Amino acid sequence: MPHIEIRDISLIYDTPSGSVPGVQGVSFSIEPSEFLCIVGPSGCGKSTLLNIIAGFLTPTGGEIKIGGKIITGHGMDRGVVFQDFAQLFPWRTALGNVAFGLEMKGMGKAEREEIALQQLRLVKLEKFVRSYPHHLSGGMQQRVAIARALAYNPAVLLMDEPFAALDALTRDDMQRLLAEVWRETKKTVIYVTHNVAEAVYLADRVVVMTPHPGTVKIEVPIRLARPRDPLSVEFLDYQKELLRHLGGGAVKA
Amino acid sequence: MSENADRMRSYRRAALTLITVAALYEITARSGYFPRVLLPTIPTIARTLFDMLLDGSMILHALYTFYRVLFGFGLAIVVALPLGILMGRYRAVEGFFLPLASALMPIPSLAWVPVFILWFGLGNTTTVLVVFYAATFPMLLNTWSGVRSVNPIWLRSAGAMGADENAMFWKVIIPGASPFIITGMRQSFLRAWIAVVGAEMIAASSWGLGWVIFDAKEFLNTDIMMASLAVIGCIGFVFERLVFGSLERATIQRWGMVRAAKS
Amino acid sequence: MHDVVPASAFVPLAPGAPAEGEARWRVFARTAFPFLVVGLAWEITARLGVFPARLFPSLEEVAYALVRLTVAGILPHHAGETLLRLFAGFSIAAVMGVAIGIAMGRSRRAEDIFLPLVSIGAPIPGIAYAPLFLLWFGLGNFATILLVGFASSFAVIINTWTGVKAVKEIWVRSAQSMGADNQRMFRQVILPGALPYILTGLRLGMAQAWRILVVVEMLAGVQWGLGWMIFGARELLNTDVMLAGVAVIGIIGLILEKHVFQRLEDYTVVRWGMMEQ
Repeated sequence: MPHIEIRDISLIYDTPSGSVPGVQGVSFSIEPSEFLCIVGPSGCGKSTLLNIIAGFLTPTGGEIKIGGKIITGHGMDRGVVFQDFAQLFPWRTALGNVAFGLEMKGMGKAEREEIALQQLRLVKLEKFVRSYPHHLSGGMQQRVAIARALAYNPAVLLMDEPFAALDALTRDDMQRLLAEVWRETKKTVIYVTHNVAEAVYLADRVVVMTPHPGTVKIEVPIRLARPRDPLSVEFLDYQKELLRHLGGGAVKA
Repeated sequence: MSENADRMRSYRRAALTLITVAALYEITARSGYFPRVLLPTIPTIARTLFDMLLDGSMILHALYTFYRVLFGFGLAIVVALPLGILMGRYRAVEGFFLPLASALMPIPSLAWVPVFILWFGLGNTTTVLVVFYAATFPMLLNTWSGVRSVNPIWLRSAGAMGADENAMFWKVIIPGASPFIITGMRQSFLRAWIAVVGAEMIAASSWGLGWVIFDAKEFLNTDIMMASLAVIGCIGFVFERLVFGSLERATIQRWGMVRAAKS
Repeated sequence: MHDVVPASAFVPLAPGAPAEGEARWRVFARTAFPFLVVGLAWEITARLGVFPARLFPSLEEVAYALVRLTVAGILPHHAGETLLRLFAGFSIAAVMGVAIGIAMGRSRRAEDIFLPLVSIGAPIPGIAYAPLFLLWFGLGNFATILLVGFASSFAVIINTWTGVKAVKEIWVRSAQSMGADNQRMFRQVILPGALPYILTGLRLGMAQAWRILVVVEMLAGVQWGLGWMIFGARELLNTDVMLAGVAVIGIIGLILEKHVFQRLEDYTVVRWGMMEQ
């Protein structure tokens, strides 16, 4: 697993009322197999940053290196999971969606379906292999999206608030499932969220961002044994610490 | 249980309506108040339909109409589908063809019939071209807006998974635009079906369902007219329900992509 | 065979929609460009004499015919008669269609009675009834107007019916709980709630009426009317007059579609946010 380095990334938007920095001078690095969360209130540029790392946006300054190579545009070394359930292709079954990336690589049908099936098993959806997305619940759809992003074995998994649109109970289940998937695959993960408890539950390290302009305020390593207990005193202490860094604005979370 | 009873009552009432209307018609026809030739009785119409089916003339008329409508409709798809996709993908193509399409679309296809008769004579060419004109625009505009409304997140996901231009086109844009494309085909066929009947009436060439209705007027063969109307209605219904209905069920309904408005 | 979709599903036609910060003259030039190309191609074909000049007149001749007929008052007379028939026929369709559609949407009994008739009548293209109507009611205005009204009413009926059924139950319940009586329920809740669909139905009905009317005028032996003008000009090989007539038909069609209904929609359902522009 390569090391990822983000150096001095900025993105300045030109608007009719002058140029507005979306993110400014953001730098941090991610170790192989690390689970990194980026936390911040809405408008702090965390999703913008993730889209830059994914290659969907081009920064106006700075560079990103994955395994020592500077990235330009999107590539198959990164898998992306969005918040929007609509990211799945409605005209393909769960299996067809998961196999898409492998199909693009030119892999044969039998082989790619075998791998896709494994991935669906990993997210506990082996019973819904032949279902179309509209027959699946929101949580299931997001699990398919995770399996889809993992299937072609990218070096890093980029996740943009994947569970934000789910109800609270489903979200808890999904967090537990994701922690498990991560333990099994040992993928490097960059996970964007505005939910502090989620970050403490999942992350090895949390990057706190603040808005206007979007910059990194502080990095907080989470030194808790896994699986984590959200009701333990240490857990709540970490939550408090992060909320303090976020200032009053974090009440939104 | 009560739902079932409701439905039964609906069927009963529907049957009752049809029987009542048919009976009223029959009584009026038999009353002798109107000339028999203008108001043939239902058994007469049925008899005529049966005879024409049996001697093959009705089938031949239908085949002619069918050939013309499918030829024109097929031509429209072959032209409009690729053009609509190009318009949705490339601004330059859109900038050139959209103004032309918006200027030509409001002209009813049948208004061209006299002009086409002059240019191409009576017969198949004129009819097929009118059908083509009628069917092109719904297909073109639906495909165009379908391609434009493909959800950007699908393009992003596919891009992240390494889809090249070719795969993007066949595996994302076409299926993504399919609800619009199928609606376009449906509307196109509807227009084509109207156009073929109208064009056959004016650009007459001794065969075709439109021609037979119009020709029957000359000889006051009202029974033939009504028998042909029934056949036209049946074919239209079959196409709409069976052909396009099953196409929709096999694709966009199965994928849950039918627009909320239709569900 | 009618489409039942709310108007919002309709393709927004915006040729010349300006890109951000684009100058007006550039938008105009961009829109005019394709017409110049096609016009030029037409003109070259016409002047090269590939086809007989009578059958393929130059644009100049078509424009001249347009001006000549307009100045002489012939074209306005034709167009006026056609529009009168259109509005007469369409009014029948609008009044009958909305009334029947609402009845079908509100009463199960009315639905059971009308639905079979509508389902049988609708799949037959309106134009196919033309000879029957001409036979029953004779050549001329009466048959034409009646046919246009009959043929375009199906779209209005089906869309109105769908619209009334699509009125949200929650609106009906909240109005009931606020004490709305039947009449007020109808005028204040059902009618505005179904309006996006009703307007779509009227728009489709009008388009259908327009398309049918042009052909029926060719068949019905009327003295004046754009359809008749085109059809009659064929006898004398006046291709320039025919093309001028086709152009006028297109322009009127465009105005009816864009201006009449667009205004009505902007003023009601768009303003209420029930439909996007």
